[in-house]
Amino acid sequence: MQDEPTPTELIKAVADFLRSEIAPAIKGHNGFKLRVGINALDLVTRQLALAEAGDATEAARLRQLLGTDGTLMELNRVLSEKIAGGEVDLKTPGLSEHLWQTTLDKLAVDQPNYASYKRELATK
Amino acid sequence: MIETELTRCVASFHPGATGVTGAAKLSGGASQETWTFDIVHPNGTIGAILRRAPPGYGAAPGRAAGLDAEATLMQLAHDAGLPSPKVMHVLRPEDGLGRGFIMARVEGETIARKILRDEEFAGARPILARQLGRVIAGIHGLPQAKLPKLRSLTATREIEDLAREYHSFNWPRPVFELALRWLRDHDPGPSSETTLVHGDFRHGNLIIGPDGVRAVLDWELAHTGDPMEDLGWVCVNSWRFGEIDKPVGGFGTREDLFAGYEEAGRKADPERVMFWEVMGTLRWGVMCCGMMQRFRSGPDHSMERAMIGRRASETEIDLLRLLAPRGR
Repeated sequence: MQDEPTPTELIKAVADFLRSEIAPAIKGHNGFKLRVGINALDLVTRQLALAEAGDATEAARLRQLLGTDGTLMELNRVLSEKIAGGEVDLKTPGLSEHLWQTTLDKLAVDQPNYASYKRELATK
Repeated sequence: MIETELTRCVASFHPGATGVTGAAKLSGGASQETWTFDIVHPNGTIGAILRRAPPGYGAAPGRAAGLDAEATLMQLAHDAGLPSPKVMHVLRPEDGLGRGFIMARVEGETIARKILRDEEFAGARPILARQLGRVIAGIHGLPQAKLPKLRSLTATREIEDLAREYHSFNWPRPVFELALRWLRDHDPGPSSETTLVHGDFRHGNLIIGPDGVRAVLDWELAHTGDPMEDLGWVCVNSWRFGEIDKPVGGFGTREDLFAGYEEAGRKADPERVMFWEVMGTLRWGVMCCGMMQRFRSGPDHSMERAMIGRRASETEIDLLRLLAPRGR
């Protein structure tokens, strides 16, 4: 068992330091790069918090939709092939809901400030 | 120092020029660079831009039109009275600067967030969509006989190019598959008219001033094909920078864009434009995935590239909003 603090706590502490102490002092292109770096750390924190539950429910939906089992990667490959072949489409019960939920869960990690995502959350 | 070569080169096409100052690299990957500099002349300094592939780099790869074609297109647009920088000089081997060209520098802004939010552009925003419609129509009307050699593309060809690139990543994305399937099912076939297509008409490639559009840049992806492609690409949500209810670049409506296009004597086909908007959304998503590949395989192992890879999901939600809107 690894000791505390957790990866999330460590990354948050580093990101907060960079954000409040370093970013205000750095201008120009390096300032831009620093903001990108801080965004990356924030993304990792969100992924550590959200990905496990999201992946589990995604896999459950895929098993239901496809009637087969496998890793998340394998299940997504099967679904992709079925969509490409026209075997599964938006008329298939559950497909639209599955794609929407999976995509919303990705955005919650990748870009929670993306305007389309915020709009969809507000109108859910 | 690049200023030494530039000084020699500038003297050859601009009599009386005594040198250059302030040369600075604006952007550049390994094979293509953009430099800004000032030409010193007794009558006053002139702002200039060098766009080049440095010595040792050959023809442009893949989809790119090539720098010689870019120079020709930019000059054609300028001659037709479109907002386009004047091409001052096409590089020759004896210039020792590689391949490319030197153009007049146009002052203004290319950064979308400033154009969409700064007070300075408040007067430009309401008129831009219609203006851009007229400019795009002008591009599509450039004389075919004078065009350089360009790739010819159809919707069918572009769908297959995108599918091949996406499959090369070997990473399953059901939403991209849904979009590819939709595109194949809705392929409108060859357009009734084939014209020059700019290919990358969007924020970043447009210099905007308080008075509106001042220059169209970056003809790297120019080709011949369906003119509706340019109208669809400029409406892709990725170029709205948060202003998602204003489809044209986050500042205007499709109606204004089409009205400008039609004022210039051409006809917009909203259904084909929507097809190209879906294609464009998927294209940007595939490009984001490509950035991630280039990050992983090097040589550009940068954070920015890595993080653009994580923006592919933005195009997935936009594709779902287009193809499977909720609550309808």
